[in-house]
Amino acid sequence: MTTLEALMNAPAPASAWVLAQDCAETGLNPDDVRAEMARRIGEMRASVERGLRSDARSITGMVGWNAKGLWDAPDVLGAPLLRRVQAYAMAVNEENARMGRIVAAPTAGSAGTIPGALLGVADHLGLPDERLVDPLILAAGVGKAISKRMFISGAAGGCQAEIGSSAAMAAAAVTELLGGSPRACVHAASLALMNTIGLVCDPVGGYVEVPCVSRNAFFAVHAVSAAQLALAQLESFIPPDEVVGAMASVGRLMPAELRETAEGGLAQTPTGLAVTARMEGREETGGMIELPMA
Amino acid sequence: MSLLDMIGPVMIGPSSSHTAGACRLGLVAHHLLGEAPRRAVIGLHASFAKTGRGHGTHLALVAGLLGYGPDDPRLPRAFEEAEAAGLSVEFRDVDLGDVHPNTAHIELHGAEHSVTVQGSSTGGGVIRVTEVQGLGVNFSGSSPTLLLRYADAVGMIARVASTVAADGVNIAALTCTREARGGRALLAIELDQALSPEALAFLNRWPDMNWVRPLPKLMDG
Repeated sequence: MTTLEALMNAPAPASAWVLAQDCAETGLNPDDVRAEMARRIGEMRASVERGLRSDARSITGMVGWNAKGLWDAPDVLGAPLLRRVQAYAMAVNEENARMGRIVAAPTAGSAGTIPGALLGVADHLGLPDERLVDPLILAAGVGKAISKRMFISGAAGGCQAEIGSSAAMAAAAVTELLGGSPRACVHAASLALMNTIGLVCDPVGGYVEVPCVSRNAFFAVHAVSAAQLALAQLESFIPPDEVVGAMASVGRLMPAELRETAEGGLAQTPTGLAVTARMEGREETGGMIELPMA
Repeated sequence: MSLLDMIGPVMIGPSSSHTAGACRLGLVAHHLLGEAPRRAVIGLHASFAKTGRGHGTHLALVAGLLGYGPDDPRLPRAFEEAEAAGLSVEFRDVDLGDVHPNTAHIELHGAEHSVTVQGSSTGGGVIRVTEVQGLGVNFSGSSPTLLLRYADAVGMIARVASTVAADGVNIAALTCTREARGGRALLAIELDQALSPEALAFLNRWPDMNWVRPLPKLMDG
């Protein structure tokens, strides 16, 4: 049974243990999994690059220019890592919203968090993509351990289950990339999760655009922060598996209106309702919906 | 669920449940039809009906019917590709009762055969097929799956299972449903590996066997 506790106490590097465990379970060949993960890093990078260049609008017209806008803007805070991580994350989700090709990680709505954090940190430090294969395997292992106790979709557990999981996965990956122990990697994941509990899934009109695109930017930074804390030996006071249990429990307590139904939160603001009405009014037109926003 | 399902699928946006999962449901019908599709009637339930069009659910379903995977660059052009391939598609909003909100009912016709598939997209590109040819099933496409229609008779499951065993293939899960005693039955067998062409041909030759369809593994892990 893959638990965060078992992962935390695994021999270093944590990713090697995760890969061996998973291949024993699925019968897949470890070299094939590593090769496929390397290909997926290439896919993530391609989606970042396309997303940073394009300002084409998404299906609904609600997003599409944010990543490029940030990437082209001056770095007013003198925080190039921060801007890079945010722009990469939004680039992936905007690419997703305009029906571009992305890697769901673990879902499409949360697809920007891992590339934002992992590729963003690697590029900031000048590390090659080959170094990212093992951290990505660890990210997958953390996601798998979470999914054993908790659904990873917003519809099942709120956004905490979706972007909370991706942030935890990204935090562990960045920690391993920077040389953290298995214990530090799992505590990074736990710290990231602790701070997402209760997060609702309230997509405007039901589409993974608002607040999802900016939320991926925030949570990619959140993951990097968690890695920084864990690399400085800070730990989650509540044991990591108990944090996952708490998140599952909050997910069950959360009303359906706050779990991807577009019946609560931002989706029910006057603007959210207007977007929903306009989208539903165009159901019969077929094909893609053109919805220029005011 | 393997590591490659946690980081993946590689897919065309926007939604893993509304787009990638929908495409995989279409792929199930594509493989079960076993010939070029000519006409499809797709019933969309609840969330698939309500927010599907903006999510590209319609395109993804049609892409799957054409045999395209969730990462196929032709997915956003699926309607044009269908027209070029001679496939006409009709969408209907339907109420399928107490099922997952992301559920589709697909009726697919080719020149010789027809197939009906009902299934749900449960998140992250994962699907669950709940009905084939009007009979209940329960499989995810995460491993090669063999579907058989036959006239119910004593010992059929044992005969099929021994053919699978003789092929050196392990059975992971099995569901069997029949309309009535001695009536039409449907067997869905999830396998560790695909069955050999010889074993499939052997099953196909049985006089009481109406229909044998191998479904390849549709997930990454």
